[in-house]
Amino acid sequence: MKKAKGYGRMVTDVVCPFCGTLCDDLEVVVEDNKIKNVRHACRIGSSKFLAMNELKRPNRPMIRKDGSFEEVDMAAAIEECGRILSRSKRPLLYGWSSTGCEAHFVGIELAEELGGVIDSTSSVCHGPSVIAIQDVGYPSATLGDVKNRADLIIYWGANPMHAHPRHLSRYSVFPRGYFRERGQQDRELIVVDVRKTDTAKLANRFVQVRYGEDFELLSALRLVINGKELEADEVAGVSKEDILELADRMKTCQYGTLFFGMGLTQSYGTHRNIDAGISLVRDLNHHTKFSIVAMRGHYNVTGIGEVLTWQTGYPFAVDFSRGYPRYNPGETTANDVLQREEADAALIIASDPVAHFPKKAVEHLARIPMITIGPHMIPTAQLSEVFIPSSISGIEEASTAYRMDTVPLKLRKVIEPPEGIYSDVEILEMILENVRERRVRQMEREKKAGEGR
Amino acid sequence: MSLEVTLITGRTVSQGEAMERGKDLDDYTKAAAVCELDPADMEKIGINEGDTIKVSTGIGEVIVRAVKSRQYPHEGIVFIPMGPWVNSITDMPADSTGMPPFKGIPVKIEQAKGEKVLSSHDLIEKLYLRGNEKGEGVR
Repeated sequence: MKKAKGYGRMVTDVVCPFCGTLCDDLEVVVEDNKIKNVRHACRIGSSKFLAMNELKRPNRPMIRKDGSFEEVDMAAAIEECGRILSRSKRPLLYGWSSTGCEAHFVGIELAEELGGVIDSTSSVCHGPSVIAIQDVGYPSATLGDVKNRADLIIYWGANPMHAHPRHLSRYSVFPRGYFRERGQQDRELIVVDVRKTDTAKLANRFVQVRYGEDFELLSALRLVINGKELEADEVAGVSKEDILELADRMKTCQYGTLFFGMGLTQSYGTHRNIDAGISLVRDLNHHTKFSIVAMRGHYNVTGIGEVLTWQTGYPFAVDFSRGYPRYNPGETTANDVLQREEADAALIIASDPVAHFPKKAVEHLARIPMITIGPHMIPTAQLSEVFIPSSISGIEEASTAYRMDTVPLKLRKVIEPPEGIYSDVEILEMILENVRERRVRQMEREKKAGEGR
Repeated sequence: MSLEVTLITGRTVSQGEAMERGKDLDDYTKAAAVCELDPADMEKIGINEGDTIKVSTGIGEVIVRAVKSRQYPHEGIVFIPMGPWVNSITDMPADSTGMPPFKGIPVKIEQAKGEKVLSSHDLIEKLYLRGNEKGEGVR
């Protein structure tokens, strides 16, 4: 910890808790437990840190009474959470991507205790990528590998200049690496997208694919790379000549990396697009060294996938209703559970499904009792029965998060949380304890009733 | 006059920045209640930068502000940042992956002069709490 010039203290090597890039070189100037300045962060990252001073954060839990929120103490809020969750036959525990792995441990235990469905934002993000990875594997690499070795970078259906603003400068295109001493001059950037995005504007080569035809273009490239004749004059709006050139460039690079984003996972074909992308990279490894990396969105969406996998065997959409974990995307995924109107209560943490789920899913969330845990009054809190404000993981609490390449990093505590505000872990532990106590009381009541007969 | 195009949704740096600053602030509405159109498409139905437009699908309709895209050409494709506005017209998943179709949605774009772009709070209030003009809310 250094003394910042002029004022306050400077906390160095801070990890940014916004996107899956997890930039770990931030410097934050703190004075009187207030964040005064942030260095090295992107627009979104600095906004997250600096907004801390401006945000009107609720500092007490709230319960809805007669249609409007009333402030209550923590014990009353936890009691209400325990009541809602214990009564529920099929609770949905959703979110988890903007909090640390320590909260995931407790969340999974709670889901198991309740016999509920636990799902993360992967469900509406890289869920299809996970499905494809289970089908065909994942010839991936760390971002350090890419930085030091790659001379060909491809972003396919990803716009990091908007969603991961420092990705290009830290890991892929601009940095100097061990084998890429001249940085950008030693690398080529290719962008494949339906729009000429701000990332595409920086590319050496931009390939504009027709919407919904990524699978066709990936398949055409595989065909050429595998030595077959391409008979069509154009595929997915891209000329045969361009496809041949692109395939040649991919085959002849020394080390290539294909980064892919929502342009593939959310477009027509979903997991089949990723399957084709992974298969293309596998084919390229017959000619050169090539890797593939998913551009994970939330800073710890990779983390919840890791923790769920090592604890339950499944990466997202895990259903404990039968007493053991089950996983079946399309059935146990959050939107499907809501679409079939099965969930009869919801606990939402570290995400905002009311803002980011389709209307029909939100309509069902509005009908059932919902608990929201998070630092801000977000749209999901607006429709909740209980709102418990929590501290911000990675700023007010130290925690563990996984970067998009599955490298775990320790997030630092930069300032103290406001008085009376608990961490996600503490809140979840209190709810779990309450649910367990209720269960014990219920069992005792049943036992007594049995003895009386 | 209307225009039938394909809608894609996603993150923008301004939406991310505004979201972190607070979803109850005007900045969030300015960043996410917008529809980025290709200049050629704007010309086709006489939409100017800043006009209010109605974007509709089989699910519903939403009023947002038209913005000339900086990331063009993408004639026939419009972009609305992720958020409650666009998700009031997106559909549910139907392909056994759990993923709702957030990209590639057929939409109709029309001028909506005089219509108001609601804030996130008011939009959610209208859609899920207070309901339609008859007061038929979800709850």
